[in-house]
Amino acid sequence: MPKTLFDKIWDAHVVASAEDGPDLLYIDLHLIHEVTSPQAFSGLREAGRRVRRPDCTFATMDHNVPTDHPKDVKDETARLQLDTLKKNCEDFHIRLADLDSQEQGIVHVIGPELGLTLPGKTIVCGDSHTSTHGAFGAIAFGIGTSEVEHVLATQCLWQVRPKTMLVEFHGKCAPGVTSKDVILAVIAKYGVGFGTGYAVEYAGEFVAGLSMEARMTLCNMSIEAGARAGLIAPDDVTFAYLKGRNYAPSGADWEQALRLWRDMPSDDGAVYDAVVSFDVSEVEPQVTWGTNPGMGGSISDVLPRPEDCAHDVERANVEKALEYMGLEAGTTLLGVPVQHVFIGSCTNGRIEDLRAAARIVQGRHVASGVRAMVVPGSKQVKQQAESEGLDAVFQAAGFEWREPGCSMCLGMNPDLVPAGERCASTSNRNFEGRQGRGARTHLVSPMMAAAAAIAGEFVDVRTWLDREEAIGFGTIQPA
Amino acid sequence: MEPFNQHEGKVAVLNRSNVDTDQIIPKQFLKRIEKTGFGDVLFYDWRYTPDGKERPEFPLNQEATQGATILLAGHNFGCGSSREHAVWALRDYGFRAILAPSFADIFYNNCFKNGILPISLSDTAWTGLTPVIRGEMTRLTIDLPHQKIILQNGESYEFPIADYAKQMLLLGLDDIGITLRYQQDIDRYELNKRQPYQRVYGL
Repeated sequence: MPKTLFDKIWDAHVVASAEDGPDLLYIDLHLIHEVTSPQAFSGLREAGRRVRRPDCTFATMDHNVPTDHPKDVKDETARLQLDTLKKNCEDFHIRLADLDSQEQGIVHVIGPELGLTLPGKTIVCGDSHTSTHGAFGAIAFGIGTSEVEHVLATQCLWQVRPKTMLVEFHGKCAPGVTSKDVILAVIAKYGVGFGTGYAVEYAGEFVAGLSMEARMTLCNMSIEAGARAGLIAPDDVTFAYLKGRNYAPSGADWEQALRLWRDMPSDDGAVYDAVVSFDVSEVEPQVTWGTNPGMGGSISDVLPRPEDCAHDVERANVEKALEYMGLEAGTTLLGVPVQHVFIGSCTNGRIEDLRAAARIVQGRHVASGVRAMVVPGSKQVKQQAESEGLDAVFQAAGFEWREPGCSMCLGMNPDLVPAGERCASTSNRNFEGRQGRGARTHLVSPMMAAAAAIAGEFVDVRTWLDREEAIGFGTIQPA
Repeated sequence: MEPFNQHEGKVAVLNRSNVDTDQIIPKQFLKRIEKTGFGDVLFYDWRYTPDGKERPEFPLNQEATQGATILLAGHNFGCGSSREHAVWALRDYGFRAILAPSFADIFYNNCFKNGILPISLSDTAWTGLTPVIRGEMTRLTIDLPHQKIILQNGESYEFPIADYAKQMLLLGLDDIGITLRYQQDIDRYELNKRQPYQRVYGL
């Protein structure tokens, strides 16, 4: 019987099945960070258990890390959490990319760039954006701390097999429109719960034409649609990205890997539980206006009027969101001033995101009254950007050039947006208080964020691009 | 883990959809390395003003909900971040059951690890709970063995739950303990299915 990519990986990882119940799934890679692991290690200690496969476990520090002086952690509880991770990794013999390591960075940026993330793997992490790694043709999903403890102790997890959904993209994106805009448009159209209970495979000509960075952005945001996982079939773009990475197989092992990986894409005639078709040619640059990622639309869209909502709950939600965001129904976001711009995160903190933003910024200057910062996703991204001179472009324009970490995406470190102020952010969540109590977050692509920083207000980045300049962001350059 | 069998308690109603885990427990409280003590900061930004005073309009601050052990909320409850701190906070506050038309996946799974019963309400059950949503009735009985929600007027509604999840809660089981009984299966899997690919997939 023809199988989907998801089914092939799942079936290859079933250790045992409970009768009428979940499968015991083997986990190939367990990524760990400081925030969701301490209680798991405490649990192991209390029960006298060991880590079954330290060699399949990899830790980094990202959420709490200050991005001005990473090792100067003034918050004592944050420092204790970082120290606890270090101690746990030492005691249980787990590899850790700490603040001194050249491998340090956001967990979902370093996994792929180190070649830890590979096609066909099952990957978990105590972090919902683990869906990112699905861009390589892996089953990757976020778990809670109890499950972190379970994987540490057993290298397995009990999981109910999710349903499968195929999201097939048609058409070509217009210049100035990125995979971030596409996934925001999908979530705005279908809602933040439409993927719940599903593993979503993204396919179509549009996806095949995307770089790995752009594919990761797409899969990263799967969780914002409620999906358990997002996947993309591995292809030559995937293999070219992985070849030569630190932990990727090499030599004869690489050839063996390629043979395995080329068999992984879904078979012709494979059946999905749901199929969605989405035309990307109509997608415009997106900006969220509300307090969840589904409350968004095109930059020129008129904001919804509560009275137009069909249901009471929806009307109340729209009213509350507009009030929190300080926006008026029936207006547009064009020309609305921003005080903060954040370029970074596991969604858009990779080299290509920084290149795209830098091309908008080049030769221009951040508007007065705007605090703009670039936080590279990892040490490697930062070094690469500096070798290309991107740091100089950003700094000359008045951006702060920071050290790697999760930073203002969730403000667990000191990078916060004050109450009532507005932030154009390349991150993934615009929940109330996400970037600071009372902060107003608008999710956008790196190009849109860069343009907002320069203009001091939301603009349609397409009006800043001539055609030649616009082509190529997030797509594979023709040879 | 404390087993869950039958539970009778007061209901707090939070009639909002898409309640995300950032609201249930804001990020500044995720830096602690313990599982306890999160109850006081549950729904922190909604529950307290910036200077730390209770907001009288928030459901948990009202006289009628003091001592509530059952939370009734809108669809897609617990969306967003995977932080299990959200479940620890709800449990630490005193909640034993959460009723909503739908839940986010990771949150739903996290509940079972902490002795909280998440109940996905059918349309019929949601409509039947209207007197509770309106505050005309304030208590419910949850009968897990029979998978029933029982109102004060005696009306009852069935709810679905996977059998293995039900057993976990009924017996208060530690699932690592259960999995370790599969030690031989895991050993065999590693030997037969992973070992041949060790050079491809090994770190």
